[in-house]
Amino acid sequence: MPRIEVDATRCKACYLCVDVCPKKCLGPSKSISKKGYFPAEMQHSENCIGCAMCYRMCPDIAITVIKE
Amino acid sequence: MSTIIAQKPKSLTDVPMHYCPGCGHGIVHRLMGETFDELGIADRVIGIAPVGCAVFADDYFKCDTVQGAHGRGPAIATGVKRSKPGAIVFSYQGDGDLASIGMAEIVHAAVRSENITIIFINNAIYGMTGGQMAPTTLVGQVATTAPKGRDPKLQGWPINMCEMLAQITGSKFLARVAVDCPQNVIKAKQAIKKAFENQVNNVGFSMVEVLSQCPTNWHASVPQALEFVRTKMMPQYPLGIFKDEGAK
Repeated sequence: MPRIEVDATRCKACYLCVDVCPKKCLGPSKSISKKGYFPAEMQHSENCIGCAMCYRMCPDIAITVIKE
Repeated sequence: MSTIIAQKPKSLTDVPMHYCPGCGHGIVHRLMGETFDELGIADRVIGIAPVGCAVFADDYFKCDTVQGAHGRGPAIATGVKRSKPGAIVFSYQGDGDLASIGMAEIVHAAVRSENITIIFINNAIYGMTGGQMAPTTLVGQVATTAPKGRDPKLQGWPINMCEMLAQITGSKFLARVAVDCPQNVIKAKQAIKKAFENQVNNVGFSMVEVLSQCPTNWHASVPQALEFVRTKMMPQYPLGIFKDEGAK
């Protein structure tokens, strides 16, 4: 099962990852980060295919893609 | 057993980037970091940080960095490369830096075919200083110093750097790429990697122009900024490889 980790201390909530995810797994978090943003988070991990498109588009290099 | 498919390149530090949300600079930094890792050149890279949004680039790359005066990146890179021929030298510049005040430096670095790599971020505006008109600002585009939009009769037409430098015999690799979607990011990675490979192989002057989004100074949301890159910038600045003499 692939999964991703979003580093909430780096994420600036541009949501480029949310827009490019082909399976629409990602979405904005409901909790606020230290920086004052609502960071992106994995919301439908069961659909993740590990394509790493979110990683490719992330301008803040906040995403790590892991295959279990 | 878990394997990491993609993570922050080893050539980049853990410092969080100061760029605005959605800015293309971070994507380009990551592509360069990946390139350094893949080519195994991370320990001999020397970067030239520009004046502009990327002035703090030295915080993000795990390499030695010189912070240059506005537009003088190619001249400093020339000096570093000639005094340390074993080093891999890149100059990272924006459009206000490279295409206006640094025009003479970039042209003459290409004329001399200096064996350096230029990463040119084109976002059609002066970012750090607050959205003034740049030489690459599109016709009709509003900037703080062109409040009614750029008028060619008053301010002239935008400069296409890749097309212009392609006329020069000394330039060896010129490509224009964008970072608006994953497909274009992959192409951008290939171009950046090629530009650094050329330097390793002593091919000569290589430059990659990256069309980058600037949501803050375009006064647009991130999706609107990506749309601006696709619908307004790409017709004026067509993507592609303009010169590739290292391949021969």
